[in-house]
Amino acid sequence: MTAAAERSRADHSAAVDTHDVLAFAREQVLERGVGLDEARVLEILRLPDDRVPELLALAHEVRMRWCGPEVEVEGIVSLKTGGCPEDCHFCSQSGQFPSPVRSAWLDIPGLVRAARETAETGASEFCIVAAVRGPDKRLLSQVRDGIKAIREDGNDIQIACSLGMLTQEQVDELVAMGVHRYNHNLETARSHFPSVVTTHTWEERWETLRMVHAAGMEVCCGGIIGMGESVEQRAEFAAQLAELDPHEVPMNFLIPQAGTPYENYEIVEGRDALRTVAAFRLALPRTLLRFAGGRELTLGDLGAEQGMLGGINAIIVGNYLTNLGRPAQQDLDMLTELNMPIKALSDTL
Amino acid sequence: MTAAFCVHCGKPPAEGDHGRCARLRAAVDPPRYCPECARRMVVQVTPTGWSARCSRHGERSSRAEAFPRASAPEGSSFNAVSPTD
Repeated sequence: MTAAAERSRADHSAAVDTHDVLAFAREQVLERGVGLDEARVLEILRLPDDRVPELLALAHEVRMRWCGPEVEVEGIVSLKTGGCPEDCHFCSQSGQFPSPVRSAWLDIPGLVRAARETAETGASEFCIVAAVRGPDKRLLSQVRDGIKAIREDGNDIQIACSLGMLTQEQVDELVAMGVHRYNHNLETARSHFPSVVTTHTWEERWETLRMVHAAGMEVCCGGIIGMGESVEQRAEFAAQLAELDPHEVPMNFLIPQAGTPYENYEIVEGRDALRTVAAFRLALPRTLLRFAGGRELTLGDLGAEQGMLGGINAIIVGNYLTNLGRPAQQDLDMLTELNMPIKALSDTL
Repeated sequence: MTAAFCVHCGKPPAEGDHGRCARLRAAVDPPRYCPECARRMVVQVTPTGWSARCSRHGERSSRAEAFPRASAPEGSSFNAVSPTD
């Protein structure tokens, strides 16, 4: 940077009202592309309701400036459902809770069909998910055969996986299979994680993410809002994700699942959900921020649109792993109405 | 034909409170219990549908039945943020 440019920037910064967090964010995040730190994210999360529209507008500007107008569309499917030995308190697939979800395996033809249905929506991304602590040889073999069959079906959609915690050898195997992105959510703030999961640690998850990143796969890491975390812990989580610097952050809102310890938790209030979306955008200005599970309950149709105009730039269409989403076409129509082009597969290859 | 059991909680319609089944479960869940015998079914959700298999009464799927879809339940906490708020 030239001396004149430095001076100009300093002059501009001096003129910014640093007491007003939105004015501060406009200068730091929108103009310079630098995410807010934990303290500033907390200020954002504490903004009064009457400033939420202004916040959403700024988050949208940030997304458009640093990510562009395109929206990445993804479909997901559960390859192995239920019977998980872990005790993630939000999850209907844990074998430790009396949830009605029974174990199921999707066969290869079913996986190929799911990938084809996803590609037909215009999605560029297909994520294969398994409810496990980590993959065993049988699961990895199923994933390998599944990817081969998807390719033999003439489907060149990008394939991501979410198979729990990995060893280095397993990371290398997934890279060799052509898996380009790996999802492993930290789920919540480090300080809150022991209240949510007791069978493994936040640090164990972090270690998998570190290996995935080092192997050159794109890192997808997000979490669930509404699991009893405080506002301070939401800010902490945003800062921890910013430190990780993932390619993508999926944002879920708790669906209180029958039979789990969180069965009777309240659904996140819509305005809080939107405030959190915008706050995460201001912490992660260049990251894919994806609407994931629970938005239908928390936000409804109108709220989903407001989220798309409040920092979101990626979306899971269709159903989730064990829950139903709204029809993919409804989301695609929404994107058309919002004049947001779907990121083409050709742009990702 | 009226179902003998609620597909979301497995209880007879006349037994217990099905308010949560109607408000929440029906909005986001595929059927989990067989409506004929209340056995837990093996359910597979895919991007565009679901199938549910009862060991006694066979398979049912979204292609063959009215397709429950996710939507904000009545009384949802969502309040739209209008530009004039």
